[in-house]
Amino acid sequence: MSDLTDLYGELLLDHGRRPHNRRAQPVPPAADAEGHNPMCGDRVRVFVRIENGSIADASFEGQGCAISTASASMMTRAVLGRTPAEARSILHRFVGSVTGAEAAADEDLGELAALAGVRAFPMRVKCATLAWHALAEALRSAERAQADGNGGPPGGGAEPREGT
Amino acid sequence: MTALAPEAGKAFDLERVRSQFPILERPVRGRRLVYLDSAATSQKPLSVIEAESAFYRTTNANIHRGVHLLSQEATEAYEAARGRVARFLNASPDEIVFTSGTTGGLNLVAQSYGSLVLRPGDEVLLTQLEHHSNIVPWQLACERAGASIRVVPVTDAGEVEIGAFEEALSDRTKIAAFPHVSNALGTVLPVAELAAAAKRRGATVVVDGAQGIAHGRPDVRALGCDFYAFGAHKVYGPTGAGALWGRRGLLEAMPPYQGGGDMIRTVTFEKTTYADPPARFEAGTPNIAGVVGMAAALDWVEQTGVGAILEHEAELLRTAREALSEVPGLRLIGNAERQAGVQSFVIEGVHPHDLATILDARGVAVRAGHHCAQPLMARLGLPATTRASFAAYSGRDDVEALVGALRFAAEVLGA
Repeated sequence: MSDLTDLYGELLLDHGRRPHNRRAQPVPPAADAEGHNPMCGDRVRVFVRIENGSIADASFEGQGCAISTASASMMTRAVLGRTPAEARSILHRFVGSVTGAEAAADEDLGELAALAGVRAFPMRVKCATLAWHALAEALRSAERAQADGNGGPPGGGAEPREGT
Repeated sequence: MTALAPEAGKAFDLERVRSQFPILERPVRGRRLVYLDSAATSQKPLSVIEAESAFYRTTNANIHRGVHLLSQEATEAYEAARGRVARFLNASPDEIVFTSGTTGGLNLVAQSYGSLVLRPGDEVLLTQLEHHSNIVPWQLACERAGASIRVVPVTDAGEVEIGAFEEALSDRTKIAAFPHVSNALGTVLPVAELAAAAKRRGATVVVDGAQGIAHGRPDVRALGCDFYAFGAHKVYGPTGAGALWGRRGLLEAMPPYQGGGDMIRTVTFEKTTYADPPARFEAGTPNIAGVVGMAAALDWVEQTGVGAILEHEAELLRTAREALSEVPGLRLIGNAERQAGVQSFVIEGVHPHDLATILDARGVAVRAGHHCAQPLMARLGLPATTRASFAAYSGRDDVEALVGALRFAAEVLGA
């Protein structure tokens, strides 16, 4: 039972109920990507806007469970002001933490450590990582767009775009 | 006489039924297992487990080819199972094709019968209740043939109205396919009425019996359909085995589905002639032990009493609907007049996956998600629901445990 209350702690529930940065951004100048969890049908769309080499704005759209919503909400705060490389580093540490792959990874994760308890629930790890995979895709899309010049990023995403 | 009507007769003894399901003895997270996910797959009685095991211990050999004693006995057991399934469905054994399950059966019909009759401009009629396994095979078949899919809407209660169904039928409708019982909502469809309406317009009727097989005895003659597909694992049998019933004349006209051993008459590199049905559709070595287990499962259902199980489930459904209605913020999804032992629900402000995780911590197994019925969820305006489903071994104590766990979940989530 302690696993359960560890997971559904106050911080997670608070982010789940009142997520930060749940809003769309115009694409371009932002880049976006969609994450899809086929197990539950949940979808999340992540938006990042990069200015002068760092993330000037990060947000998400979508309805999901408390875990996926809280994770997306915390993620948009954690990567703000970071370079794409720093954001990826946070992503790797976060994914390592929730999958249990990296034992000491919880330190330095800040409030994201509130999601570490999901590792006791293997069926729910995908809920916690959903927005992060979309973030990685959105960052790739933003970087491709920059490499292509000033044309602005096309909507990225491994999934076909729906409902936008 | 509707196919799901209970028969009078056997008394129902829950404790006796439960004692036959070994898995119910295992604790889950330190508590008694409260298994309310039988619509996903039912648990198996000892007689089924032992039938499969005994086959491997005493009889195992390949069928229809060896002349040795084991092969003869294995073939006899396999063909006896065909007779068993046929009796259960009020059909003839040569109309029973063994498959891997409902999905296998529906794909067989869609590909083989679909290629026989579907032409450009034709329509396949489905309902909004459909499980993905009764959508995707038809999409594949329609794509190949240049045909298209038409969908009958469901009401807010989750029912298919005969008027809406008739309206969607046209001279272009070559095939109408729908579930006997909705896996997501438990709605029991008026199959006989729908089938009669479809036949009046010249359409062939395919019934997805995945859930229908578990909630009654589908009498395919009384239902008036042309194909009925089901899997054994929903009806106390093993996974990976199932049957497709088809009218003899239709099966005879159909081209093979898969090629291989056991489905041929003669083979040369120039020309192969095919066996008669059902062998024509059973290429390769089948799940022989699974088929034997399926026959044992149908035996178990009959010995326990089809009508008695149905009445027991109906009583549980009433109890569950009443008890669930009293949970704060809970809304029942699926309110059909005729409903099998399946109840979906949502709780205001609580995602079904969070709910299912917390219920699991209390040993309560339910299904949370879209139930492989995304178009239905879209129609209902819901991303997902939580679903409790009942079987012969379910009891009032399971419903009480569910409701108790729901209240606990509200505490954990602060809802």
